[in-house]
Amino acid sequence: MSMDRRQFLKITGISSILGLGASVASATHPIWMPGVDPDLVSPNAQALTAKRWGMAVDMTKFRSEADIKRVVEACHSIHNVPDFGNNPDGTKNIKDEIKWIWKAKFKQAFPEQATELNEHLEEAPFLVFCNHCDNPACVRVCPTKATFKRDDGAVMMDMHRCIGCRFCMAACPYGARSFNWRDPRPFIKKEKQNRKYPTRTKGVVEKCTFCTERLAVGQMPACVEKAPPGGLVFGDLDDPKSAIRRLVSTRYTIRRKPELGTGPNIYYVIGGR
Amino acid sequence: MKLYNGGLIITGIVVFLALAFFPFYYNIGKVNAKPEPKLEPAIKMSEKRFGKKQCVEPREFMRREHMVLLNNWRDSVVRDKNRRYSSEASGKTFNMSLQNECMQCHSSKKNFCDKCHTYMAVKPFCWDCHIEPKEKEGSKS
Repeated sequence: MSMDRRQFLKITGISSILGLGASVASATHPIWMPGVDPDLVSPNAQALTAKRWGMAVDMTKFRSEADIKRVVEACHSIHNVPDFGNNPDGTKNIKDEIKWIWKAKFKQAFPEQATELNEHLEEAPFLVFCNHCDNPACVRVCPTKATFKRDDGAVMMDMHRCIGCRFCMAACPYGARSFNWRDPRPFIKKEKQNRKYPTRTKGVVEKCTFCTERLAVGQMPACVEKAPPGGLVFGDLDDPKSAIRRLVSTRYTIRRKPELGTGPNIYYVIGGR
Repeated sequence: MKLYNGGLIITGIVVFLALAFFPFYYNIGKVNAKPEPKLEPAIKMSEKRFGKKQCVEPREFMRREHMVLLNNWRDSVVRDKNRRYSSEASGKTFNMSLQNECMQCHSSKKNFCDKCHTYMAVKPFCWDCHIEPKEKEGSKS
């Protein structure tokens, strides 16, 4: 077959246009397997939604150690967080410890805050957990996108993708993340196990997720439910009418290490009434 | 043409063939039954909700594609906040959850998942984290 120059250019031109079109089409339309078309899936109708979830913590509402303990217990039992107990010498096993929400002293939670002439504050207990930052350092360093920021502000973990590199633990300035050095299953008490929620496996990092599984069915996070009234206020910080926004806008609050630029979304109300 | 060390070579070949084909003649006459996954002990959820046995998608599709479907459900739930799945075939709505939906009907891992997975020697790691239903014969778990 002979072909002149004009014909050759026509054919190459048309085929390159077709090729470009096909690559654009396949890039914009991800290939889905039958039966799992994006049109078939949707969020629950009763799910709680927000633009920017946040929490306000008012420690003056917590009257006793028991109030704090109840909140921590509620979170840890509902999420199958293992308890590694103590070392043989009686000290806390902090190497293996997994924690989503825990009690810290003021001086540990807010090391940059001056407490001159108010030394009793240094030892005061504060509930600390993942800050669900606007600019989360953990998300930036994660090589597999196992941890990511949802469009409602929650910093979420995809345990299926976590490879256990612990970059996120090094990046998080709040120590909010724990690594499963050992298989956690044997350390979850059988009678306390929540059979509606998975456990984790050895070699993944875990942390507070703002109870995304509860938000999805229209429930408040477990800690908020178990806290004394007004102790933990959860809501949409971007909604000017929400209770949390009114609280944060009218009371003096501090955040943990805001100078680092992570934009933490947990506000600590200072000065009881 | 002369075969040097013929005796040794032929014995070697015979021994090799005997060893290589050992699994085949060892299993001659033995039953090698196809796996038959069962819904036992009970189909609870779907009968309560739909009044009949209701699969997420037709059986043939699920047999072939359940792993893809589960992977896509997983990504959709964890990353895109979706929880509801309306079936392509029946239009019925399901909660995309292995522990809280699938295993409510397929209530025995031993009688359902493991039947084929053991036969095919595949070891999915679902149950490293997800909690399997309690194995109980004929009663609610």
